[in-house]
Amino acid sequence: MATVKVYINGKLIGTTEEPEAFVEEVKAKRRSNELTNELNITYYEENKEIFIFTDPGRARRPLVIVEDGKSKLTDEIIDKVVAGQLKWFDLIHDGIIEYIDAEEEENAYIAMFEEDLTEAHTHLEIDPSTMLGICAGIIPYANHNSSPRNTMEAGMTKQALGLYVSNYNLRTDTRAHLLHQPQMPVVKTKSMESTDYDKRPSGQNFVVAILSYQGCNMEDALVMNKAALERGLGRSSFFRSYEASERRYPGGQEDHFEYPENMVKGYRSEEVYKNLDEDGLINPEVQVNSGDVLIGKTSPPRFLEDVDEFGTVAERRRETSVTVRHGEHGIVDKVMLTETIEGSKLAKVKVRDHRQPEYGDKFASRHGQKGVLGLIVPQENMPFNENGMCPDLMINPHAIPSRMSIGQIIEMLAGKAGCMEGKRIDGTPFTGVPEEEIKRLLKENGFETHGREQLYNGITGERFKAEIFVGVAYYQKLHHMTSDKVYARSRGPVQVLTRQPTEGRAREGGLRFGEMERDCLIAHGAALSLKERLLDESDKYEALICGDCGRLAVRDKIRDRTYCAICGETETFPVEISYAFKLLLDELKSLCISPNLVLEDKA
Amino acid sequence: MELEKVQAVVDEVGAGYFPIKLVQDITDAANRNDLSDDELETLVLKVKEAYEREEVEPGESVGTIAAQSVGEPGTQMTMRTFHYAGVVELNVTLGLPRLIEVVDARKKISTPTMDIYFTEEYNKDEDFIRKMGNMIGKITLNDIIKEFNVNYMDNVITAELDLDIIDERRLDLNEITGIIEKTFKQVKINNNVLSFETTFSKDEEKLAHGIRELRLLADKIRDLQISGVKGIGKVVIRLEGDEYVIHTEGSNIGAILKIEGVDIVRTTTNDIYEIEKVLGIEAARNAIIHELYTTMEEQGLSVDIRHIMLVADMMTVDGFVKSIGRHGISGEKSSVLARAAFEETGKHLLNASIRGEVDQLSGIIENVIVGQPIPHGTGSVGINMKENN
Repeated sequence: MATVKVYINGKLIGTTEEPEAFVEEVKAKRRSNELTNELNITYYEENKEIFIFTDPGRARRPLVIVEDGKSKLTDEIIDKVVAGQLKWFDLIHDGIIEYIDAEEEENAYIAMFEEDLTEAHTHLEIDPSTMLGICAGIIPYANHNSSPRNTMEAGMTKQALGLYVSNYNLRTDTRAHLLHQPQMPVVKTKSMESTDYDKRPSGQNFVVAILSYQGCNMEDALVMNKAALERGLGRSSFFRSYEASERRYPGGQEDHFEYPENMVKGYRSEEVYKNLDEDGLINPEVQVNSGDVLIGKTSPPRFLEDVDEFGTVAERRRETSVTVRHGEHGIVDKVMLTETIEGSKLAKVKVRDHRQPEYGDKFASRHGQKGVLGLIVPQENMPFNENGMCPDLMINPHAIPSRMSIGQIIEMLAGKAGCMEGKRIDGTPFTGVPEEEIKRLLKENGFETHGREQLYNGITGERFKAEIFVGVAYYQKLHHMTSDKVYARSRGPVQVLTRQPTEGRAREGGLRFGEMERDCLIAHGAALSLKERLLDESDKYEALICGDCGRLAVRDKIRDRTYCAICGETETFPVEISYAFKLLLDELKSLCISPNLVLEDKA
Repeated sequence: MELEKVQAVVDEVGAGYFPIKLVQDITDAANRNDLSDDELETLVLKVKEAYEREEVEPGESVGTIAAQSVGEPGTQMTMRTFHYAGVVELNVTLGLPRLIEVVDARKKISTPTMDIYFTEEYNKDEDFIRKMGNMIGKITLNDIIKEFNVNYMDNVITAELDLDIIDERRLDLNEITGIIEKTFKQVKINNNVLSFETTFSKDEEKLAHGIRELRLLADKIRDLQISGVKGIGKVVIRLEGDEYVIHTEGSNIGAILKIEGVDIVRTTTNDIYEIEKVLGIEAARNAIIHELYTTMEEQGLSVDIRHIMLVADMMTVDGFVKSIGRHGISGEKSSVLARAAFEETGKHLLNASIRGEVDQLSGIIENVIVGQPIPHGTGSVGINMKENN
């Protein structure tokens, strides 16, 4: 028998003549806690190598140990677990469950269900849905969906608003979203029990009808019931915390929280300070808009300046107040005053903004079916059934077939049945309540088994010719909201260096007219529109050019005359160029290249 | 109705610029519908009207539109399609990498291939084509060996040629042995068994490195080329329709076209540089058009051929194939600013300053930089005042 190399964490540490016995012994010792249970061992027969891993950062998952074709997790043990006598870690300690990493999985033969167990099996799945992680585990009936949709949902559920922590009131997160009335999903999964999803839910149960509404839900737009929104559906708060501290500077000077006097350098308008108290702090429950000062603060001058006639230095403090961010507004939620580690004053102000769903807010079901709110319909115009029930939400039928998110259809049926029964339905992938059972429940409650209902047009009152699929689905509000994104600009700030408009909404910037847009105007031959975009609306600059040498000339404002710094008193001409070009000329000059402009009359 | 007659009518109404293909189409239509002379004239006028409507107007931004029309579908091409089993066993670069290759006017393309067609006389004669295939395709000694032995003890290499393969490939044993004898002086040939005595078997010093030397020799023997055209490797013979066609790995159109029986009209290569050298710049232009068009088409992207023709025209106007990009078209612009705006800004500005170049500001890019209306479209008009005393 050949020797087999043994590696620990990739390092060769020895060999063994009896690989199987060796591996078995290590595993036995791990199960009897002689070795750490964080160790995994793999035997590669064909390479004659044994790998033992104890590194941090390996993905491992728990499996029930099987010996001689019998699960170690016996009914007896399960009873004890139910009775609370055994906990999870006891099961691991007792060698009933063990964690397997990707390497050791290569040597394992895992049965999906207990009935499938044979002598050859080494492990048993706890539940088929344990293959899913936290995010994918939230999807009910995920086994009925196409895989890309499950992937998308696993990504999107992280963006859902909910009760992110229960002590949000005490926290000062720089940004935080909070859903107002989070609900536990009617259709739940077993993974949710392990992750305590019900204690921190992030969505609400919507009554959803799958039908078109005047084309206002084309391309994944959503149509919502105005009354439902006014009752608080999809409502959330946005919190932003601002902070400032009284910094100490070398030389004994320090910042002050105060109501800035109008002589400080950089004084804003009186208007923005109006809510400040004597101590420079704002009061809670005050309505604030962007630019309003939350914490009034002044700092000592950066340089010693302004020596007056008596030879003393007049201190002119700088205004360094904290203001509400550009484009945001809200109500002051909390004002906290404390101190930093160094012992200087520290103020934190939390501003809250109320967000009722508006056009453009993004919502998603748990099946990768995302969309933005496209129309809010008064309840009287919503379709209704014979009981007068209106859906909260209408999604377009075209959203379903090509994406094959059948899980959502089943969830809606299950949700409907669960609502009527007054109990929650288990939608765990592979093992959840089967479709037949849901249909039976629906039938018992007087609904059609296919979930379709007769609806009436809310505008005309006519009955729809087709029956409409209506159900209850759990919808999540995602943190992409119109009010964070809407933006337009006409005039505004420019950059110092290039004199071109600044970039980005937060800086009140311009919307970039990019290279490809430029190419389009060129292709259309729209020369003057192009010049307007690139020059007049951007960094237009009137340069003075010396008629003799063609270099930039100088305007002497005091004597009101122009001259060329090189040729002297020559005739100069104003020329309209972009500031970026002037910058290029300057930059070339700094490289000892002298660019000259040859002037002539315009054609 | 004859073509000449229709041509006369066409000339008469002042549409002499019609391509001959169009005149042919009109003739066919006229014959099919049995048109009278008057009807023919009306037809020609209608065609002329439609033709003129479709003409590009002077001042149209054909270049930008061509760039956009080729560039946009180009973004949809994925880098995924590196290999594609177009021809069995032959692997040809396709998709975006191929497009880049053509547009860059590479002298050495990554997968040169030829499609060799034969004249009517031969193209159904399998035996002839097989013989041709063997003549064109590279055959090394390794391909026709039945047994190959390296004897490290006696420093002797023995090889037995496979007579069946030689027969199947329609090679001549005597020719082969002749070539072997010419290359390896130390060979002893006994019908189809070759044995190579190493020259160094007496040299003590070399004997010390004997194994290495022996292996090198073995490789050399195996790699000995028995037949084939320079630059051409593997050959695949395929039956296309009712004729046999040879596809090759590697290309040498100059040599191939000289071979008797090859259809010099249809035989092609995908090596544009070679086409330029052998067949001239017009052929190269057509090859560029064909290569660009077919690679795009293969990806399911349809670009109007006129855009591609413009690209090919730009690449070949100067009488040689130049690339699009910094070493070709964009690098040859007259304006300093335009060149500096594209790539290698520093280099262009430096060289311009050394030479004291003047930028006439006659192009588009320069004027965008400077901030003047571009001399194109609405910006191409100006006012001239007549001086009146």
